[in-house]
Formats: sequence, C-alpha cells, structure tokens
Amino acid sequence: MEPKKEALLEIQNLSVSFRMYAQGLGQRDLQTISQLYLTLYPGEVLAIAGSSGSGKSLLAAAVLGILPPNATVQGRMRYKGQPLTPSLQNRLRGTELALVPQSVAYLDPLMRVGAQADGHYRPRLTEKRKKLFQRLQLPAETERLYPFQLSGGMARRVLVSTALVTDAQLIIADEPTPGMSLEQALEALGMFRELADKGKSVILITHDIDLAFAFADRIAVFYAGTTLETALPADFIAGPEALRHPYSKALWRALPQNGFQPAPGFQPYGDSLPKGCLYAPRCPYKTQRCEKQAPPVTQLRGGEVRCYYGS
Amino acid sequence: MALEAKNLYFRYDKKRPWVLENRTVKVDPGERLAIFAPSGYGKTTLAMLLAGFLTPAKGQVLLNGKPLPQKGVCPVQLIFQHPEKAVNPRWRLRRVLEESGELQEDMLEALGIERAWLHRFPRELSGGELQRFCVARALISGGEYLICDEISTMLDVITQAQIWNTVLREAGKRGMGIVAITHNRHLAQRVATKILDLSIPHGANSCPHNKP
Repeated sequence: MEPKKEALLEIQNLSVSFRMYAQGLGQRDLQTISQLYLTLYPGEVLAIAGSSGSGKSLLAAAVLGILPPNATVQGRMRYKGQPLTPSLQNRLRGTELALVPQSVAYLDPLMRVGAQADGHYRPRLTEKRKKLFQRLQLPAETERLYPFQLSGGMARRVLVSTALVTDAQLIIADEPTPGMSLEQALEALGMFRELADKGKSVILITHDIDLAFAFADRIAVFYAGTTLETALPADFIAGPEALRHPYSKALWRALPQNGFQPAPGFQPYGDSLPKGCLYAPRCPYKTQRCEKQAPPVTQLRGGEVRCYYGS
Repeated sequence: MALEAKNLYFRYDKKRPWVLENRTVKVDPGERLAIFAPSGYGKTTLAMLLAGFLTPAKGQVLLNGKPLPQKGVCPVQLIFQHPEKAVNPRWRLRRVLEESGELQEDMLEALGIERAWLHRFPRELSGGELQRFCVARALISGGEYLICDEISTMLDVITQAQIWNTVLREAGKRGMGIVAITHNRHLAQRVATKILDLSIPHGANSCPHNKP
C-alpha cells in the first residue's frame, strides 16, 4: 500500500530508561530503549519483530503513556502532528489508541470475560463484541466464564477482542497470537489487516515473523532497544540475500523451517551497552569502525538499515 | 521407564463436558512427542495431568508403572505457557532458581541468563527472559521427563532456537523424554520424534514421522 503523506505516529530519538535500586539505597538508571525512530502512516500494518527483551512492549507502553512511575521518557513522539503529551495520551487511551496486552494476566480475574471485553463504553458495545467473539471462534458460553477457566489461546482471543471492539485509530497489538492455532491466528491477523484497509493503523508486535509476512506492509527489526532495519515483507520471504542487516539475516536463519541455527552470543543490556553499533559484539562482519561509533539510519533498497555494511 | 497416561478422563466441573475423554498417551525415555490441537482442546490440561498438577477423574498417570511420587521433586517437570504466572512475584530470581537446586554456571550460560538478572524481581524482566529461568529451573531439578507447554511462543526465533537446542542437548545427554506442546508445525517437526493430534478423539493415535 502506498503510504500517505501525513504520518499518524512519528517517533524520533526516543529513549526510555528505568531507575532501579542497585545496592542498599543506591540507585542507577537502566537504559532500555535508545535512539529509536519509527513512523507509522494511516492504513498501514507495521510489524515489529526482534529480540525478546529488546523493548518492544516498552515502546507500546511509552506510546500509550502507561510506563511505571520509575521510567523516564526522552525524545519526540507526535500523534497526527501533535506532540504526544501525557494529557493527550490520557484522552486518547481507549478511544483512539487501543492496546492488545501481551500477558493474559491483564484480564481481571474477578470479572466475567464478556463483561470486561465490553469495557466501560456508552452506549454498550455488547452486540459488536458478541460478533467479534463469534468471528474469533470463541464459543457462545465463553462470555460467562472467568479468565481462569479459559485456555491460553482463548484468553488471547478475548484480549484481541477488547481492542477490536473500540473504534481506535491506532491499535498496538503486543504479541496477539501465541497459543492460537494457525487458523485462529490467521483470522485474528486478518481482522487487523481489514482495519488497516479501512484507514486505521496497526502496530503488530510479534515473534511469528512467518505469519507477519502475509499481513504487514513493513517489518521493523528491533534489537537491544532500537530499530536495526525496516524491511518489506517480500525481503523476508526472499531470504537472507534480500535482507539488509546481519541481525535480520540471523533471525531468518533461526526459523525452524530455515535451519534452526541460533546466532552465537547474547543481546547486550542496559548497563553494558556497547559504545558503537549495538549488534557489533555478535556481528560476524564487524570492523573497528562499528565498535567506535553507531552507524546512522540509511535508506537502502526501499527500506532502512543501521549498518555501515548493509547490503 | 516410560511415562504413561492410561485412559484419562478429566473435567473442571461436574456440570461441564469432559475436557479429556479416554485419552491414552505414552512417552518412552529419550522420545520426544509433540502435541497438536486447536486452542481449547485440553493441551494444557493434559500437560498438567502428566506432571501431576491435576488429578484425573478416571484413569492413571504412571511413571515406570507406578503413580507419580507425592513427595520431593517431581521427576516429571512442567514448563508453563505463561512464565509470568509461574514464578513467585515477590522472590528475586536467584531464589526462584535455587529453590530447585544448585545454580549451574554452564546452564545459565547456555540459556543466555545474565548474572545481573539474578538480582531482579520477575516483573523487571521480559517474558522471554523469564521463560529462560523457568527452563533452567526445570532442567536443574534433574527430572526424567520434561513437559514443555508452548515454551517458546513468547521468544524471538533466535532465542527459541537457542533454548530448544539447549533443551534437546540436555535431554539427549540425560536420556530424558520430552512432551512438547506447540502450534508451530515447523517447530514440531524440528524437535519431535512423534506427533499426537488431540483433535482426533480417543486412544493413542500418535503416528511415527520422519525427521527432516
């Protein structure tokens, strides 16, 4: 889909850090997201893939303004051209911005799932929600159950329905598909795609990159709190030669259907971030230049990459 | 030496239909069984029954021909689908690990657990990071069987490959049996020697299948 001019969400140079207790009363800051750039256009599904613990969920929380109090956010976020301030976030949350939470523990354990998926909207959205439950293949009696009576995949589908029932302009779906069977996952992702085709925007955080290909317009690859590459789904289908960053290539090779080969080494964390490129410690192609200074974002073959040697 | 579930019946409430009906499953040591089914078909229930977290209404779970021991570390270890619900939220992770035995450096290394994480509380780690602790905890306890209930769905594919390769290596070394519940057909074909589809009712329908 051809992106429209005006961006819905623009994130520039975003950093998120946490204040933590180290020893006794001593505190220190832990950097979790650094120098993150992201642009989202109306009518677009942007998939975010990448390492566990790379700050994907924190990005969602930062956009919605639901980070815990010990977090500090720096950088610029703009929504429809306006700065995304805490008061604007407060106003938009639940109406224009909706979240599909990552954990099924987000469901209220003492409330029947039908009632909690309805939310607090007036007029009541019960009819729309019932249709959603049906489409997500949740049996009719599900709405009378409590969260502990649901299987993992059912709870996940209830979470998806809580976001779809709103008329949100931007839906951030944080790993909506684990626990669902392939058919159910395809149905849920298809519903996000339909919304995008109607002009809404979706950020789809997922580890099922092989599913994301079919529904996303672009795929952003996250690592250690920043984007290393923005690629088109076709690049991921084509394989490592079409991908730009060494980490994206490593992701592709680790898929069970493509070799199941884990890249050696581990993702660096907050207090031990390398000075230069964040992927340098694991990168087979690194040079001295990579270790000295982090590469800037460069345009390459219709995508973006943060690597001096992106090919 | 096998782990056997014989004619299991289970339901959560007398008024509700059976979740599992006359289900028989057998896993030999060193064997790796993948369980497949749409959501809501009782995969997690079967996992909990096999590991002794639930008691069947009818039928038996037998390890080496005997019921699972009621005391001590259970030789059948279950790794849950949701790590955030499987660790004590008020314990630092060092304590979570040490509850099941001595810390093993090489295990932490292989699973990519940073030393610094040991001092954190569960809510200060991501789901994927937490799951590594759950895997480490299950392996440290030295069980004979490992039940993996969608252990890698919340992990990125590199970590998934890393953790599964560690699990497979450890299991191979100790001759452990594995039951893996997953929705990912490609993953099942990678890790399993046998596949069971729960949507086909009754009895053992596991068919042998060729590893790629």
